[in-house]
Amino acid sequence: MSAPIGAPVRRKEDHRFLTGRGTYTDDINRPGQLHAVFVRSPHAHAEIVRVEASAAKSAPGVVAIYSSADLVAAGLGTLPCGWAVKSKDGSPMAEPPHPVLAQGRVRHVGDPVAIVIAESRDQAQEASERVVVDYRPLPSVSAVDEAVKPGKPLVYDSVPGNICYDWHIGEQAPVDAAIAKAAHVVRLDIVNNRLIPNAMEPRAYIGEFDRGTGDYTLYTTCQNPHAIRLLMGAFVLHLPEHKLRVVAPDVGGGFGSKIYHYAEEAAVTWAAGQLGRPVKWVAERSESFVSDAQGRDHVTHAELALDKDGKFLALKVATLANLGGYISTFAPAVPTYLYATLLAGTYTTPAIYAEVKGVFTHTVPVDAYRGAGRPEASYLIERIVDQAARALKLDPAELRRRNFIATTAYPYQTPVALAYDSGDYFTTLDMALKDADYAGFEQRRAAAGRQGKLRGLGMASYIEACGVAPSAVAGALGARAGLYEVAAVRVNPTGSVTVLTGTHSHGQGHETTFAQLVSERLGMPVENIDVVHGDTARIPFGMGTYGSRSLPVGGSALVKALDKVVNKGKKIAAHLLEAAEADIEFKDGKFTVTGTDRAKAFGEIAFAAYVPHNYPLDELEPGLDEAAFYDPKNFTFPSGTHVCEVEIDQDTGEVRIVAFTAADDFGRIVNPMIVEGQVHGGLAQGIGQALLEECRYDRASGQLLTGSYMDYCMPRADNLPSFKVATHGTMCTHNPLGVKGCGEAGAIGAPGAVMNAVLDALAPLGITHIDMPASPEKIWRAMASRRTAKAA
Amino acid sequence: MPSVTITVNGKKQTANVENRTLLVQFLREHLGLTGTHVGCDTSQCGACVVNIDGYSAKSCTMLAVQVEGANVTTIEGLAKDGKLHPMQEAFREHHGLQCGFCTPGMVMSAVDLATVNKNPSETDIRHWLEGNICRCTGYHNIVKAIKAGAEAMARGGK
Repeated sequence: MSAPIGAPVRRKEDHRFLTGRGTYTDDINRPGQLHAVFVRSPHAHAEIVRVEASAAKSAPGVVAIYSSADLVAAGLGTLPCGWAVKSKDGSPMAEPPHPVLAQGRVRHVGDPVAIVIAESRDQAQEASERVVVDYRPLPSVSAVDEAVKPGKPLVYDSVPGNICYDWHIGEQAPVDAAIAKAAHVVRLDIVNNRLIPNAMEPRAYIGEFDRGTGDYTLYTTCQNPHAIRLLMGAFVLHLPEHKLRVVAPDVGGGFGSKIYHYAEEAAVTWAAGQLGRPVKWVAERSESFVSDAQGRDHVTHAELALDKDGKFLALKVATLANLGGYISTFAPAVPTYLYATLLAGTYTTPAIYAEVKGVFTHTVPVDAYRGAGRPEASYLIERIVDQAARALKLDPAELRRRNFIATTAYPYQTPVALAYDSGDYFTTLDMALKDADYAGFEQRRAAAGRQGKLRGLGMASYIEACGVAPSAVAGALGARAGLYEVAAVRVNPTGSVTVLTGTHSHGQGHETTFAQLVSERLGMPVENIDVVHGDTARIPFGMGTYGSRSLPVGGSALVKALDKVVNKGKKIAAHLLEAAEADIEFKDGKFTVTGTDRAKAFGEIAFAAYVPHNYPLDELEPGLDEAAFYDPKNFTFPSGTHVCEVEIDQDTGEVRIVAFTAADDFGRIVNPMIVEGQVHGGLAQGIGQALLEECRYDRASGQLLTGSYMDYCMPRADNLPSFKVATHGTMCTHNPLGVKGCGEAGAIGAPGAVMNAVLDALAPLGITHIDMPASPEKIWRAMASRRTAKAA
Repeated sequence: MPSVTITVNGKKQTANVENRTLLVQFLREHLGLTGTHVGCDTSQCGACVVNIDGYSAKSCTMLAVQVEGANVTTIEGLAKDGKLHPMQEAFREHHGLQCGFCTPGMVMSAVDLATVNKNPSETDIRHWLEGNICRCTGYHNIVKAIKAGAEAMARGGK
């Protein structure tokens, strides 16, 4: 049965996951495999005086122990950064080297200092405890707003003020002028809390070396195997790409944290070469907490100027963004090009100016986490818009409508570089308000009040830039890679199809969605289509999955490749049917001579291509494999409105989400079941950020205080409601499918909606600001301080 | 090293293990049953849930020697004769999984819930899942799947 675009096809990948037959990296064991454990810094900042491993080396089962000196002697490079940002004055960002193992100094708790390799994991663990590292502890700084103050400890002696870059976008003078003479100016100081991505599968790697061929293989929990091959091969291990294979098998969630090239990947691969045996490392969860790239962590001051009718005149933003102790792979781009370029939001604000300082601290590196920059932008805008609505005593939905970009205004050029191609913010706002019964809210608020509960409703009308990215644009902005995508369609001689995609599925369901694209185009059942990803030896090339790019960019590449297959099929059919190529049409899996019943099935054409006995060999090569690269013409711009309704217990400060409604515009939808699932998951992470999650470091010592699931509050099933989700698609105008991407929307819209609801509930008490997460303690303290103030 | 004998998915398995060998290590490393996952080190994520003598339990928090003589069912033992268990089928039908990593623990936990509570409410299900963390689905479809799976199990007399 063919499963066209738009059908909620059940997932092809589910059978193996549901029966315990998935193959995650830790499920793979290679013959002769050794096990690695890393010795990590217990200090946020310290000088490494000495690494003494002789006792550990004689421990049972130990095969090798390496520290930084060994890697330097072997000539290894350092972990590269894939995106360079320039400061206001045109100077390049500070880019201190990020060694695979800490060199001379450690710069965050968890910084790897040595690798211990033994016959078993337990032996490696035991021996690692015998490695003596003499540290001379140094003062540290973990908070971004502390790190920029004079006299604070420096993460790098060569980087004054801990400022990696001091960047800006937009024009300051018109913004300042508009703010100076505006009827209203609202100001907001706001924190975007640091998060830990917490994919459920911990990172795991196996490095392998074939002494016969000199080939290396890395099995890795990553979202982009070709990028890892390039970054690790070219910059760290100095291995040519044809001698290095990177396999990313089933991967248990990523959310951004598995994009980056990590030290442990390079260490196990290099060690496998040294020892001639496979070397496996699997993170314990406690290690994930101190070594997976973390997300968000902004401190921002913003000012929004409005005229007397509530039209936005100007927005001015100053943000400090925490980068951690080293620059992670894409970190510089996140608080700049993925954040400040979104500050127009869904609105016509004519003048915008933003300054962003990227700041080093003695914490785990920060990089893109689901949404990456866009949740920070959306949260800021939607909070300040609500604040303006309160100040002007306007209905928050009405204020948004007055400032939305008109549905007739596309393409719409914002003052912060992006040009939106399509959208309809009015309709998604109306849908969300209707589904949330906005009209009936005041009655519900009153009813809750009678029971002593504070009820609030909040909304957020977000936009995001997805489908990363047009390579030339990204390159002009500092990207050190192309951001196209690649697909190959292998038509097998008996007519089944294998798709090789450069994107990577770690939960997104590509094996089904991409099969639907093939099913629709070639008119064949999804059972006859396999989608392969995650292996540089099988896939021609690709940039991987992040930034909601798989369908807009990877799907578009697949459509291009399918077009090539159909076009070649027409030539073969024309020959077999003795007709002109122009007279052949392809529909429902059949090549037909227009206006006749003479036809050849797709399978017959495939067979003829591989058994070319009757075939135009003078003009056409045999075979029916085609590949395509697709470089997007623009970003895509998913948008929508999320509405959250909460109830707050006045005695405990606990927030309960009573209802959550989302209306999103993702363009064309290929599989609505999968899209809904993506929205649900994003919402849970967005609600988690708003109410539960916070990565905290001790300000004095730099110790991670939230280093396990005992301390870091992951959303559980009973923290969340069931969600009401709906979509209204305006088509993307520049990709062949009209798709926009849906993976990050939930995490982008939800924090603003939840916090606006919390503040709406607390407004009667005069509470106007709370930072995320809105924990019971924070809310209780805010309520208590208002009561005290009132009593006084 | 002590010898343990455990019946796993209906098959008696005997092996010499270290005293400290966890049940999950026994399953994954000795028997190659890698469907049971390890997602944390504080006994909270629930990716390692298996069924021991009729009850769900976290196999990362039990020693292999503790379950000497017990009957253990893992995710690999749930489908019978090539046919998915009603709970597995419900997860597939309701898109109750994305990356699949927490799924074995979720399904094993859900089967136990549906055994002790034949008609669980949404609240019952959400409360029951406090020991199983999923980062992908937002739980919405897991809750739907468990409700449908429990109904199917009740209908099928399981």
